[in-house]
Amino acid sequence: MNAPLPDVAGLLDQLAERIRPALTPDTALVGIHTGGAWVAEELHRRLKPMLPVGTLDISFYRDDFSRIGLHPEVKPSAIPFVVEDQAILLVDDVLHTGRTVRAAMNELFDYGRPASIKLAVLVDRGGHELPIRPDFCGLALEIDPRQNVQLRRNEQGLLTLTVV
Amino acid sequence: MPDNLQLTPDGKLKHLLTLDGLPSRILTQILDTAETFMDVGERDVKKVPLLRGKAIFNLFFEPSTRTRTTFDIAAKRLSADVVTLNIAASAQSKGETMLDTVANLTAMHADMFIVRHSQSGAAHFIARHVAPHIAVVNAGDGRHAHPTQGLLDVFTIRRYKGAFHNLRVAIVGDILHSRVARSQIHALTTLGVPEVRVIAPRTLLPTAVEQMGVHVFHDMKAGLKDVDVVIMLRLQNERMKGALLPSSQEYFKQFGLTPEKLALARPDAIVMHPGPMNRGVEIDSEVADGAQSVILPQVTYGIAVRMAVMSMLMGPTA
Repeated sequence: MNAPLPDVAGLLDQLAERIRPALTPDTALVGIHTGGAWVAEELHRRLKPMLPVGTLDISFYRDDFSRIGLHPEVKPSAIPFVVEDQAILLVDDVLHTGRTVRAAMNELFDYGRPASIKLAVLVDRGGHELPIRPDFCGLALEIDPRQNVQLRRNEQGLLTLTVV
Repeated sequence: MPDNLQLTPDGKLKHLLTLDGLPSRILTQILDTAETFMDVGERDVKKVPLLRGKAIFNLFFEPSTRTRTTFDIAAKRLSADVVTLNIAASAQSKGETMLDTVANLTAMHADMFIVRHSQSGAAHFIARHVAPHIAVVNAGDGRHAHPTQGLLDVFTIRRYKGAFHNLRVAIVGDILHSRVARSQIHALTTLGVPEVRVIAPRTLLPTAVEQMGVHVFHDMKAGLKDVDVVIMLRLQNERMKGALLPSSQEYFKQFGLTPEKLALARPDAIVMHPGPMNRGVEIDSEVADGAQSVILPQVTYGIAVRMAVMSMLMGPTA
């Protein structure tokens, strides 16, 4: 399948509008490296919450470390606010098995006990393996299990979705 | 001794035995990974679950406090199960060979050995004989190598100086007996430091030290001029056999780092020391505790660097 996927800017607008009514001004956005961090930045520009965007690199929390080893380019996580009692909106680009989100939640809890965590994803492509579902979703798809949906960013900062 | 024992056929780290011959790609990957672990020490829970279920044995055939403790903390922060054995005081004193000790610990399902030994080549020897799934880290062998110390030193330099390509680094003191100096020289030259100097009396320099790519000085005044980094080495009294030096007072006069001598270096130069320090022998307290000293940050960085090495060694190659 190589059907054209919708324009990312439009999807981000829709996703932001779905989040807006539920978003309190003190909610913190946390994006998962790398695509989730891009989506979190875009949502932050549209929704303008008070706190800066946090980012998580979940490499140290993956459940497949003993099979694939450490990712060669781990990036530091950066959480520029206190997690304890904080309402958090966790953001990723593509929800697939749910394992990345599980790892991200485990990592967040090592910073403190958040008041709540909600999940926003640009694309839910199906194929869930864990009881994890998005609270806010830009686009829901059913994709062949052998294929992947990827969010890419070019040098001008333009985001595009592709199925590979 | 450059050694292919420590890399897999596809170029990943399998054991860490020496920095000699390791490509800058691997050194940089270790430093970058260590950088990401720095943040873990600042969290509420100073642990990541990466090595959950792995058993790491610290095999210390020679005494050590700082290195053993930081390896211990690093393993615990990676959620590994860690057992520390001070073997000088146990089985070996009853006559068990090193390989028998290792075989017994392998039977206890070890995944990694951290080895400190007074004999050069001990970690290589173990790495050559362990089961293929076990990783070996050299935590100091005789006069040969102390790779994680060399790595934490270049990590410290990168944190304070940003890059390597424009630096002058001076290593001062007992180069002859120092495995730390050898590992530092390999790391600094591989990472592209254009000028590495060694400053020492002739009796404390190995023969043909110039072949390691360093500039040799016998005088602090000339050697420290305009350097960005000063690394002081411990005067290893316990290794000193025979009269290599007149006295420690005389040594301090000639090669001890005082504020006056440090003033010859660049004003923003940093002072490093792998510890333990002999105050008043190789370093003046005023320098050791002064504004240019980064000796205690070195210790903290040692944890992150050792976490990086252990996490890169475990995983699918194991």
